[in-house]
Amino acid sequence: MKPAMETKHLTLGYGSCTIIEDLSVKIPKGKITVLVGANGCGKSTLLRSLARLLKPKTGTVLLNGHNIAKQSTKKTARELAILPQGPVAPEGLTVFQLAKQGRYPYQSWIQHWSEEDERMVNWALEVTQMTELAHRPVDDLSGGQRQRAWIAMTLAQGTDTLLLDEPTTYLDMTHQIEILDLLYALNEREGRTIIMVLHDLNLACRYAHHMLAIQNGRVLAQGAPEQIMNEQLVESVFQLRCRIMEDPVYGTPMCIPYGQGRQMLTEKTSALGG
Amino acid sequence: MKPVTIRSKKLPISLIIYAKTLTALLVLSALCLGVLVYSVGTGEVPIPAMDVIKVLLGQGDPGNELIIYSLRMPRVLTALMVGASMAVSGALLQGMLRNPLASPDIIGITGGASVAAVACISLFSQTGKAWLPVAAFGGAVCTAFLVYVLAWKRGVSPLRLVLIGMGLHAAANGLTTLLLILSPIYTASQAMVWLTGSVYNSSWTTVGTLTVWAGTLIPAAFLLARHLNAQQLGDELAVGIGSRVQLHRFLLILISVALASAAVAAAGPIGFVGLMAPHIARMWAGPSAGGWLPVSALTGSFLVLTADLIARTAFSPLDLPAGLFTAALGAPFLLFLLLRSGSHRH
Ligand SMILES: Nc1ncnc2c1ncn2[C@@H]1O[C@H](COP(=O)(O)OP(=O)(O)O)[C@@H](O)[C@H]1O
Ligand SMILES: [Mg+2]
Repeated sequence: MKPAMETKHLTLGYGSCTIIEDLSVKIPKGKITVLVGANGCGKSTLLRSLARLLKPKTGTVLLNGHNIAKQSTKKTARELAILPQGPVAPEGLTVFQLAKQGRYPYQSWIQHWSEEDERMVNWALEVTQMTELAHRPVDDLSGGQRQRAWIAMTLAQGTDTLLLDEPTTYLDMTHQIEILDLLYALNEREGRTIIMVLHDLNLACRYAHHMLAIQNGRVLAQGAPEQIMNEQLVESVFQLRCRIMEDPVYGTPMCIPYGQGRQMLTEKTSALGG
Repeated sequence: MKPVTIRSKKLPISLIIYAKTLTALLVLSALCLGVLVYSVGTGEVPIPAMDVIKVLLGQGDPGNELIIYSLRMPRVLTALMVGASMAVSGALLQGMLRNPLASPDIIGITGGASVAAVACISLFSQTGKAWLPVAAFGGAVCTAFLVYVLAWKRGVSPLRLVLIGMGLHAAANGLTTLLLILSPIYTASQAMVWLTGSVYNSSWTTVGTLTVWAGTLIPAAFLLARHLNAQQLGDELAVGIGSRVQLHRFLLILISVALASAAVAAAGPIGFVGLMAPHIARMWAGPSAGGWLPVSALTGSFLVLTADLIARTAFSPLDLPAGLFTAALGAPFLLFLLLRSGSHRH
């Protein structure tokens, strides 16, 4: 199958400093792809360039086979939506008004609120369970509700491809799972392509069909979590020694980092660890 | 609160409006009209409201008509349009820069206008008067252009714009003070009056010029409302939803600068309206630009109309500059709204 997104010889950076050099990757269509890597390794940089928020120094980004730099930004916005890290809503803006912003690429001088707009916004509020809170200001909500309001905005855009930068950071465990389940359902039911950055390796392994492990601006490994996750990879990506086991509930790779705080259970394990 | 949808079945026309926005617009229109009628009836020769309305409907007494149309009306209409222009200019900046403290001062518009106007008054005191609006307009536009160019670095970022605008504003203030010190007492006091902002030199020519500027640019600003909404989310999200951020930012700045420059040319740098009116409107109608901009415009009109009414009646026969009262009027109103919104939201 044709990839949803593809980069060709992509070089990214800020000013004179280069973060990612000559990167060519393919991102499968209709799958959940998760980018993992240590802080500052370039995950957000890559995601932002996939969403045309950052212009590549050289190379191209293809969306459904078309060069993203060559098509109108409005057309791109109908095919791809991005939720950057830590967005801030204008003070007093309601959840409904925020979600309505997702319809921007479909509006014109005189068409501000078509039936299709209304249908999409209502749907987005419903799947994110924000209908009840629709007319509350975003800045009055809890962190989890606020994140759902932003996701409602990106969903209202009605795109086949969704990019999310750390959508679960700063949320408690319940809300993390809630958001990931929502994204999973969107992928499963509607076949949307989801590309996101996650910090929790174990959740990444559970929800990802495809994983990109990034270290220092290079893709060190890519593929299904079951295929690529191993102790060497985690050690080189995160500079962390760990043990990979099978998650006893879901069977996905589970990473147990080595550290202090407790003694290891058996001599055998500590021998392996050393 | 739920919005109301207005949608045509056949044409691709639709919009969404909140009841509270409509209420705000109606209340403010009524207030402005009330102050307008009261204001043109007030002065050395008082005219009762009923007679004012007769004159406005074209059936008044010729004496009253002369007083109203040749003396008081130009001033009142100038106040109305200056207020609306300053307010919309300020709202565009506050939304676009995502900075609640932004106002036409911050990007150097009023500072530049002041330097040019004071130079005009003190260097060419005889011929200067006629050219005062032109000088002020030119000074404002040049400064804003300079700010924009200096802030440009692969696009204009809000923070750079604010910082450079503040820098040039401070420099312009310094220059204005220098000019004031160097000029003779008589012209300096004239310049001080101009710097406070007043509408008492208004004529039908002033009204005509302002009508052209405000009459085209304020509707243009309303048409750009959805782009302003996109910018209010921040650059990344704005690009994400498909906005051409730099192009729209340029257009929004252009409109904002032209509106403020036209207002300053007509009435001097009347303070606080560009800052305060958008705040008051935002607390009333919310931050969504479709409602926020029109409510800002009427709030600005109301503030300047009322300030000028107070300025020319409260200490009569002294006719004071309206700029003295805009802040005095706006600040308590703003505080009232802040306290009220604070009590039921948190
Ligand atoms: N706007 C920026 N200007 C300059 N350098 C940046 C900017 N954003 C990120 N960087 C740098 O780029 C590198 C990668 O950052 P980022 O992509 O945000 O990492 P991650 O999301 O993986 O934590 C970091 O070293 C960071 O300091
Ligand atoms: Mg990041």
